[in-house]
Amino acid sequence: MDLASAKMIGAGLACIALVGAGVGIGNVFSALISAVARNPAAQAQVQPFAFLGFALAEATGLFGLAIAFLILFVF
Amino acid sequence: MAIELQPLEQFTIERLIPLHIGRLDISYTNSALLMTIAVVLITALVVLSTRRAALVPGRWQSVAEISYEFVADMVDTNAGHGAREFFPFVFTLFMFILFSNLLGLIPYSFTVTSHIIVTFALAALVFVGVTIVGIVRHGVHFLRLFVPEGVPAVLLVLLVPIELLSYFIRPFTLSIRLFANMLAGHTMLAIFGGFAASVGVFAIFPLGINVLLVGLELLVAALQAYVFAILTCLYLRDALHLH
Repeated sequence: MDLASAKMIGAGLACIALVGAGVGIGNVFSALISAVARNPAAQAQVQPFAFLGFALAEATGLFGLAIAFLILFVF
Repeated sequence: MAIELQPLEQFTIERLIPLHIGRLDISYTNSALLMTIAVVLITALVVLSTRRAALVPGRWQSVAEISYEFVADMVDTNAGHGAREFFPFVFTLFMFILFSNLLGLIPYSFTVTSHIIVTFALAALVFVGVTIVGIVRHGVHFLRLFVPEGVPAVLLVLLVPIELLSYFIRPFTLSIRLFANMLAGHTMLAIFGGFAASVGVFAIFPLGINVLLVGLELLVAALQAYVFAILTCLYLRDALHLH
């Protein structure tokens, strides 16, 4: 296998990390929706934590995406 | 499909005013220029808008007051009581990261926070500062932070190294989170821009995606500044109250 195709495959593999981010973000917001549906008065209290969780979950996936970009465009 | 993509070109640092002291390169770069603009804008927003402070605030005074109250509320609820003296630090941190992120979204400008050295410097500042605060407040008792209470001694052998690791990994996760978000977002914008430039009539589709992506990036820019500031508050609470 030559280097160019190995890089492509490696970048594709690195993008698998985004699966976890997708699951995580979905989880965060589904929990937010069910929490607000059960107790609408709590929305103001739980929403900041939901966005904190969204940002933290998204960041872990982006580590993988950043690695993919580095493989493709830097090395 | 052979496209000439250079999506990482936007992150190059250029020397605007070359300056050298001996072998030390302290040139004024585009990164430094954007930092200066951010600091000037923040100072102007906070100082000028409150110069003629009115009881019923005008537009700019409102913006300054809302950002002040937002961060003050964040410090109060997340860092516990007695953390108000650290409010200026958290406010400065939040505004600097927010303005750097937002200024980076202007086409052909430069994103300061897309460089790991900048975000790592900020995170290391937070980490060292918080550790010093903890040691000054609690002395040797600060080490109790690494020993969870009510845990059998057998488990402590396992838990203390984990607590130590999770403490010392903080500056790295804090800096890489901000850096990776900015790098990935801006690279993605450039890649879809490159698609748009190479497919002729169908450019409308990648362009449309890019419009949506800019919206997402605006959200991420604000959110990452918020996350950085709120995690600083949580670390401060650890140091001030030891769990």
